[in-house]
Amino acid sequence: MTPETDILAEQACAVRRDVVRMIGVARSGHLASSLSIVDLLVWLYWEVLSLRADEPSWEERDRFVLGKGHGCPALYAVLANRSFFPREELWSYRRLGAMLQGFPEFRRTPGVDAPGGSLGQGLGLANGLALALREKTSAPSVYCLVGDGELQEGVFWESAMTSAHFSLDSLLLLVDRDGRQMEGATEDIMSLEPLREKFLAFGWAVEECDGHDFASMREARARLGSRRGKPGCIVAKTVLGKGVSFLENDPSGGRMVLGRDFMDKALRELEKGGD
Amino acid sequence: MPAPERSTRDAYGQALIELAAADPSVVAVDGDVGSATRAARFSALHPRRVFNVGMAEQDMILTAAGLALGGKNVYVSSYASFLVGRGYEQIRSAVAIPALPVKIVGSHCGVTVGEDGASHQMLEDLALMRAFPDMTVLVPADYVSALGLLKNAVSSRGPVYIRLGRAPVPDVYADGDEGFVPGGGRVLREGTEVTVCCCGIMVSEALRAAEVLARQNISAEVIDCYSVSPLPAQIILDSVHRTGCCVTAEEHFARGGLGEAVASLVSGAYPVPVKPVAVFDKFGQSGSPAELQEYYGLTASQIVSSAVQAWTMRRR
Repeated sequence: MTPETDILAEQACAVRRDVVRMIGVARSGHLASSLSIVDLLVWLYWEVLSLRADEPSWEERDRFVLGKGHGCPALYAVLANRSFFPREELWSYRRLGAMLQGFPEFRRTPGVDAPGGSLGQGLGLANGLALALREKTSAPSVYCLVGDGELQEGVFWESAMTSAHFSLDSLLLLVDRDGRQMEGATEDIMSLEPLREKFLAFGWAVEECDGHDFASMREARARLGSRRGKPGCIVAKTVLGKGVSFLENDPSGGRMVLGRDFMDKALRELEKGGD
Repeated sequence: MPAPERSTRDAYGQALIELAAADPSVVAVDGDVGSATRAARFSALHPRRVFNVGMAEQDMILTAAGLALGGKNVYVSSYASFLVGRGYEQIRSAVAIPALPVKIVGSHCGVTVGEDGASHQMLEDLALMRAFPDMTVLVPADYVSALGLLKNAVSSRGPVYIRLGRAPVPDVYADGDEGFVPGGGRVLREGTEVTVCCCGIMVSEALRAAEVLARQNISAEVIDCYSVSPLPAQIILDSVHRTGCCVTAEEHFARGGLGEAVASLVSGAYPVPVKPVAVFDKFGQSGSPAELQEYYGLTASQIVSSAVQAWTMRRR
């Protein structure tokens, strides 16, 4: 492990603790789906995205769109730890009048570039952003993170055609491939495979990575390289509920309300430093 | 009266051309119906400022919303049945909730689409768009007011829906495209005994009806309520205070359109009878625009009989 990945791993552990706390305090929220994307978000926000925390609306910033809005506790915890807003805000997540709504709201939260909540819509918004920004001299990139279950929404594939047709090579799509959706395994409910081949057939450049291994993420991004006219996609293999042993791949984990006992148990595991 | 030559949709391409000259951020999203919506006139001049996403109305709305998030001033247009119908949830989640200033232009509204029939004749778009908080809903009566409304929408800070039609309509406004603003309305004919609130193709029908009513010694006031949401509330209330009764006229289902908006306004502020002229409880069908207007009762003579009924029930 390089020193850099060590720092990222520490950040990821801190973010996971905040995710568990905020959902525990709120007694509401999608814990397992949030935990699966923490490493991807930490990699993006500490290493990849060009941003200014003290100037969230900086025009030349890279943009990030969270398609799977139910995973927003992870995004909120990342933004708080990157000092976009005070960490205290996390403890009023999902409360009446709170800045941190149940699903991301544009304008309400510093650092949130796009609305989220209705599944399948993130890529279309990211396309529009990429089209709007491609004439800027700094050529900001647009990153979009989607869940695998939401790929079942028809509009997603309309948008996938648009990304390729308009040669949006400033766009990088990350698919959180944890293999699970609300009622079970994606392949039991509505098969997505062969996913890589689907994206290739739609005119995308595609790579795969381990969504909990920072070196693997870097390598996948490097292999995509300059895609010359093609939108890029990284299918990241992830584990639902990653980091909390009794949640990992538990089919009921996504809907679980986190009781006090479980919250303490999860935090004890995460205090040990994750993996 | 000379034969009508221009439809409200004809104003769309012209408005984009005029706006683009003044504002480099103006762009348009099209769903492969640019010839029909008249966006094509703009595309021919500014090919890099129009994004045709193909036959994909859901993605059209999302692309438009993303462009707005990226700082563009966006107009998105297609047939209203599909833009507003199929794109509804995208409009709700990606435009209305974040209150993005996207201009949604629904063309081919109402039965005057003609021969294409029910699937293409949108009659519930006003109901769907009026339901959203902070969505401005505009229905121009002719080419000139359509041009004015489309151009003024460019400075809106929130989302706007503009309803356009396919068939040519008579010119109502001779005095230029200035002054058509959200929340506005225009008293086109002053009267003292019945108020006629109308929009779209029904404005010229209402003006014809007012002539007939005058010959029957009923003085009708005709208000072009081109801003269906927000309504020109003060203009309407001032009028019904004087007349004591009201008729509404629109090329839309009676449910959820201008008529219910006006009824809701006056019932809370100054209750008077409100008789609606609209499409009641049935979808459209094939036919010529004139035949369909007659069949569905969207005519001057229907406004006359509703006005007489309202007048007999008037508040004294």
